[in-house]
Parts: sequence; C-alpha cells; structure tokens
Amino acid sequence: MASIAERPAALTNDEILRYSRHLIMPEVGMEGQLKLKQARVLCVGAGGLGSPLALYLAAAGVGTLGIVDFDVVDFTNLQRQILHSTADVGRKKLDSAAESIAGINPNVDVRKFEARLTSDNALDIFRDFDIVVDGTDNFATRYLVNDACVLTGKPNVYGSIFRFEGQASVFATQEGPCYRCLYPEPPPPGLVPSCAEGGVLGILPGLVGIIQATEAIKLILGSGEPLVGRLLLVDALSMRFRELKLRKNPDCPACGTRTITKLIDYEQFCGIRGEEKPATGNIGDMTPEELKERLDRGDNLFVLDVREPHEYQICNLGGHLIPLKELPQRMGELDPAREIVVHCKMGGRSAKAVEFLKQQGFTNVHNLVGGINAWSDRVDPKVPKY
Amino acid sequence: MKILIPTPLRQFAAGQSAVEVPAGTVGEAVQALLSSHPELRRHLYNDQGKLRAFVNLYLNEDDVRYLQHEQTPVADSDTLSIVPSIAGGRG
Repeated sequence: MASIAERPAALTNDEILRYSRHLIMPEVGMEGQLKLKQARVLCVGAGGLGSPLALYLAAAGVGTLGIVDFDVVDFTNLQRQILHSTADVGRKKLDSAAESIAGINPNVDVRKFEARLTSDNALDIFRDFDIVVDGTDNFATRYLVNDACVLTGKPNVYGSIFRFEGQASVFATQEGPCYRCLYPEPPPPGLVPSCAEGGVLGILPGLVGIIQATEAIKLILGSGEPLVGRLLLVDALSMRFRELKLRKNPDCPACGTRTITKLIDYEQFCGIRGEEKPATGNIGDMTPEELKERLDRGDNLFVLDVREPHEYQICNLGGHLIPLKELPQRMGELDPAREIVVHCKMGGRSAKAVEFLKQQGFTNVHNLVGGINAWSDRVDPKVPKY
Repeated sequence: MKILIPTPLRQFAAGQSAVEVPAGTVGEAVQALLSSHPELRRHLYNDQGKLRAFVNLYLNEDDVRYLQHEQTPVADSDTLSIVPSIAGGRG
C-alpha cells in the first residue's frame, strides 16, 4: 500500500467536477477533499452497516476503502444490505461490494480482505489504514476490533443495531474512551438474541451506518465535534436520538492500565467455545423426512410449534402454537401420553423445549431437526422459508 | 421517576418501553422495576447480585458508575436508562 509520501497530492479535473458540492463549501474545500482522497478507511463487514457506510464513503471521495468480509450474499440480506442487489445472490459480498463502489466512484481504491477478522490477521490488516469502522455482528469481533484499534492507535467508529434500536460512538481515540470502558465484558452467549433471531428493521442499519460514515468523514477532515466520549442511542420507532456521556475508565485493561498488550482469544472471552450447538444426532431427533412419513402413515403425532405468533403467520405446519417462553405456564395444554414432535424455525428453540419437557416428565418428545426451514428445503418447498 | 427499557429487554417487562416507579435512589428504582418484572433480574444482575458488566445504568445522561452507583439519589423528574450492549450489524 502507498506510504504517506506517495499519497495523492492533487485532484484531477474530473474529480474537481465530481466533488464540486464539497469543494464549494469552506468546511471541506480543496484541502478537505484532498484529505478524503488521501484517507484510508477500513470497513469491517460488508453487510447492514457496511453497506450505506461504504457507499457514502466512496461517493464522498475517500481514496482507499478496505473491506473485510467472508460471506456470500443471500436473499435475506437484500432487505437492508444495499451494497448488494438481487442478481448478486450467491456471490461473495466482497465482489459485489467492490462492483457497487466502482459503479458509484471508480476513483476509489478498494482493498478486499476475504477473511474472518481474527487475532492472527487483525493487526496486519489494520496497519495500512487510518480509521477502522466496525460494522460487525457479534461480540467477539467487536472486542477484537476495539482492542486492535487501541493497540494500533486507530479510531474505532462504532455502530451496532438491534431490531429498531441502534448505538453509535467513536472509540479508541487518543483522549477518548474505548468500547471496553463502556462494556468491560460481553454477555454470555444465549442471553441476548442475535439479529438472526431478533430481526432488524431494514432502514436501521441505514440510519446507523450513515452516522458512522459521517463520523469517519469528520475524523478525516478534522472538523466538527466527533462522537468521542458520547454514546448516541437511536430509536427508530419513536424516532428519538439520545446521547449519553462516556468516560475513559482509568482501570480499563485495554486503554487505561494497558494490561492488554496483545490480541487474545475473543471467542473464549465471549464464552463461545464449547457453546452448545443446535442439537443434531441426539436421541429424540426427528428428520423432516421421518415426520412426513409418519404423518402420511396416519400416526397419531401431536405437532407442537414453539415459535412466536407472528412467525406462525408467515408459515406453519398446522401445529399447536405455544411460544417457547410460555411453555412452562401452558404445559397443561399438552398430553404427556401422546407422542409429541416439537419444531421452531431452525431447531434451536425446539431443542430447548424438548429438553424442558423431558425434565418435566414427558417421555415421548422429538425435536424436528432443522425446523420448518428444513421441512421447506427437504419436504415441501411450498412452505416459505424466512 | 421514569425508567427506559431497551428493546432487547422489553420482552421481560411485558413489552413496555418505559415504566414509572417511585424511588429515592437508583437502586430503589431498579428494585421497584424488578419486583413487578422479576424475569428481568437475571438480565441485569449476576448470581452475586452485581450489576452485569454488559449492562449500564444511566441517570439522565450520566453513567451511575461515575456517580454513586446504586446509591445515587434520584428526583421524580429524572430518567434512568438501562443500556445493554448490542452487537448486530453485519449479518
């Protein structure tokens, strides 16, 4: 990658025309636009947050955009990941992202890192960038991004979303707090639902990603008041933006006492290793094919659906609906003498339900492996997947 | 005082986004909330009764860790926010 001395020192005439609306405002001007062109921003993740972020940074004229992603575009991404289009389903997100960016601004040098960010590669990847923007979707990578930013002295432009609520801040600047100052430890796995379980309003990563893009651009220009030492909370449903004060924690092991001197095992830190996988091959499992065969034979099976009512409306197998969290109170609706097959969307919640029912003395309970999505894949494609 | 409940925890508070509780301190406010919604407890406190490291309490815009923790006095006009860490974004 070009060293600072080799960074571009002038705009071409085409670029001057392209950035005209920046150049005529004193807050950017020729000097600011050159700073943008010389800037090297790394986007970790080319998904919900990474999409608006990368598109706007590219449009604004950020000269070098790095993207770290290892994923492939799927249909469920298109509701919010505007870097990718319908024709990109099945392609690498990196390739699709690079094409979208080139379409908007061919002057951008896109650096693709096809990898999961890990403790082994993070410092290497971060080295050649000035600013890191965190658009990841899990706690392990968020702590990794934070610690790597603190260790390399690069600002961490943070954004995170859940359903219709988001958070944004700028961490790990010289004088400001880092992510660990705010949250010293991650929640244990399973206590907080993921986006895949909890859902996310499609526009929300748009809102939060553009806040991150705004902060990245302000850091590059060195103007305005960056979100350092402030946590912005966005609630899209009530459309309220609130701001909380953050402090640098003198006892923070990353940026305070600096006891963290190298990257650690973040999966272990987040308790992911050894986490129970969705049950497969367990006694009591039933495959979609077996269930189909048994139902066709006219066996007297009781199908229990432990999803939420709004999921039942999307598609169902005609099962009796008791959402997982209501199961303890509504167990009386089940006949312990009958053979019960429990299902959910993918098999995770139903495995928990089966375990719970067995503890309660039910002996003839099965878990439909892979849930209604596997039923759709393997038995009846007319049942929609979601 | 008003307590604002974040999206991920609303399912444990009868779906409410905010509740009004009578309280003289931050701790009393949280206890009042937990007595009407006991399911919230394990999401806010660990087995040792300590506030979890991934949940912060803000009195208005200040982190109670930098005030007097749960002993921080509150007024009726104050707002207490529960701010847990959330991780979504890429997927």
